[in-house]
Amino acid sequence: MSKDILIIDDSPSVRRMVAMTLQQEGFEVTQCEDGAQGLETAKAKRFDMVITDQNMPNMTGIEFIQAYRSDPSSNGVPIIFLSTESEGNLKDQARSAGALGWIMKPFEQAKLLAVVNKVVG
Amino acid sequence: MIDAETQEIFRQETEALIESLQDALLELNKTPDNAELVTQVFRDLHTLKGTGAMFGYARLAAFIHDFEAAFEAVRSGKSTVTPELIAVSLKAYDLIVELLEGEDPPEDRDAELKAALSAVTKGEAPAAAQADAPDEVASSEGEVEGWTLVFKLPPDFMEIGGNPIAMLDELIEIGGEGTKVEALTDGLPALADLKPSEMHTAWRVTLPADASEADIRDVFMFHEDQMELSLEPIRAAPSSAVAAPEVAVKAEDKAASDQKQAAQGAKKPGTAKVQMRVSAERLDDIMDRVGELVIAEARLSDLAAKLENPDLMEVVENIQRLALGLRDTTMAIRMTPMSSITGRFQRLAHDLAGKTGKDFDFVIEGETTELDKTVIEKLSDPLVHILRNAVDHGLEDRETRIGAGKAERGTVTLSARYSGADVLISVKDDGKGLDPDFIHQRAVARGLIEENAILTRSETFALLMEPGFSTAEKITDLSGRGVGTDVVKSTVEALRGSVEIESELGAGSTFTLRLPLTLAIIEGLLMQVGDERFTIPLAAVGGIVEQPEDLRKGSEPTTVIELREKLVSIMRLREVFGCSGPVNEHPKVVLVETGDTQIGLAVDRIIGSYQTVIKQLSPMHSRLNVFSGATILGDGDVALIIDVAQLVKSQGLDNLDKEQAA
Repeated sequence: MSKDILIIDDSPSVRRMVAMTLQQEGFEVTQCEDGAQGLETAKAKRFDMVITDQNMPNMTGIEFIQAYRSDPSSNGVPIIFLSTESEGNLKDQARSAGALGWIMKPFEQAKLLAVVNKVVG
Repeated sequence: MIDAETQEIFRQETEALIESLQDALLELNKTPDNAELVTQVFRDLHTLKGTGAMFGYARLAAFIHDFEAAFEAVRSGKSTVTPELIAVSLKAYDLIVELLEGEDPPEDRDAELKAALSAVTKGEAPAAAQADAPDEVASSEGEVEGWTLVFKLPPDFMEIGGNPIAMLDELIEIGGEGTKVEALTDGLPALADLKPSEMHTAWRVTLPADASEADIRDVFMFHEDQMELSLEPIRAAPSSAVAAPEVAVKAEDKAASDQKQAAQGAKKPGTAKVQMRVSAERLDDIMDRVGELVIAEARLSDLAAKLENPDLMEVVENIQRLALGLRDTTMAIRMTPMSSITGRFQRLAHDLAGKTGKDFDFVIEGETTELDKTVIEKLSDPLVHILRNAVDHGLEDRETRIGAGKAERGTVTLSARYSGADVLISVKDDGKGLDPDFIHQRAVARGLIEENAILTRSETFALLMEPGFSTAEKITDLSGRGVGTDVVKSTVEALRGSVEIESELGAGSTFTLRLPLTLAIIEGLLMQVGDERFTIPLAAVGGIVEQPEDLRKGSEPTTVIELREKLVSIMRLREVFGCSGPVNEHPKVVLVETGDTQIGLAVDRIIGSYQTVIKQLSPMHSRLNVFSGATILGDGDVALIIDVAQLVKSQGLDNLDKEQAA
């Protein structure tokens, strides 16, 4: 059975690149363009994995992770955090909010797949 | 691989971003205290940096990193917006545009601008410096005989979606047969206190020497900071006195150095993605050759099937797979979303609103619909023409609209969608519509038709596209540019497409362009009729059924039968095309969709799906518009490709159907 992955990023090109990369590997991908939309989607349906960007309008990635983790339905759902920040503190914030891992932009598609396969594989 | 559409979306996204950036900078020049604009600039730069880096613009990302720092300084109150800052920022903006356009400006400009930015933000050093310090990766020395790994995962590991079993599996995979796993249960609480979703167990794993340390560390990619982990090499003899106890870099340092590496990516093969611009001619050339390859491959598989040699068959199947993969890739390179040209229509709509003084909403639907690049490019001019017409002649002015009880603002919709093997692109306005009587009279006056000619509505509207026909009462600046609607028709037909016009007087008009998805290769359904073979686009096929008994008796070219409780017009291809040859005992009906019409084609036999490389018919035969081309079959014979829409039209079944519907 194919795994469902939710990608939340306000950049259509990054979102599409992530989606296409994952779809080519047989994953089902749902796309959301900001944290608020992502939260609604993630609460409505259990995904095998959620990938979220940090810098987005309406709700940042970390805010999303906090809000989602406060919902019991998120228990056991891995979240991967995307960020361009080179500062480590955001990564740590994301981890304490409940992210399982992170990927720093820029990343290669191979890196993305490695992480995804490690997490849901 | 980043596909063409993603590249295109990236291009558009950055286009919008740099536009927004420039606007914000110019606006900030007027209102330097506007914090919102500062945030806007910062956000735009940040997004540009992030996506730019993703798409291989390493130099751009590195430069923006420093540019962004200047505005971070303003945002945090350490610096202020000054005319100097704006002036330098605009220069920096120009550099960004050049870098995005793939130009290669001298590298000292980056440094000069960085220095200038730093100077105008009161010497606030760009925050970049901290992150840029490369971390030395300590390398292990001496003979390593193996690894001892002891780890305890963070307590919430499973709650946040981690899988410890998968982690152990991964380690076993890295270590191979020599791996030993031992559970350390000291930390396990009493059963009453045990929370099953929490991690309590620690593990000791012994791995053989050939396991790579990087691979082992990689297993804990995200968790090294939160967990207890020790990884010690088991060394042979104390030959190396300087054994490093802490061997690897921390995950975050690694991430930073990864990023650093990517920033220098342009020079290092493999770290940056390279984009290339290729001339359309070369793409066409590749497409032609792939077409030939697909034909040659079909002949080869025919031959191999006849020889019944399993070894040969295996090779043939391999070649087949490769050829089809190559075909798909080549086609994908050529496919471009409609969004690649809709930008200029937005601008056009904006200009048109200004020039005509007509207030209207311009709606674009189906931007992601993809078409062959050649088709998209050639469509631009006809669409501009249709759009101009829609606004100039279609939409009424505000007073007229209010008088007619319509919404004050008009709406013009440009939409694209798939329909079988075709793409439909339509421009719809809710203006005054076309008057069939007026068009009729004008056509008579211009000598295009006889006074007493009886035409259907669609035939009447089609007169608009005859050369020399113009319904505009006065030639305006916008529409009267000599490019007539007849050019729209000829351009679209040259692309093997067609134009349909629908209109309701007082309610608006719709121009619909029907175009083939691609010009080169289609998936076809090969059919036998007597001695002849024909092919139709597989995407147009809705189903295949056995011919009912009563259908086999008659011999008129077209008839109507009841199929699945529906009346379906049937064309007997044998009679329509005058084919001779033996009749099959189990003839079939192929149901095809064209526009809103479903018809059945009565054929003798279905041969199967077939990679159809379209060859244009010679100019001598090009008037035979029921055939959109020909294809060469595996055995070297030729099959004609039926243009279903034209075939339906040629037999008058399209109108018949509409009349029935009416």
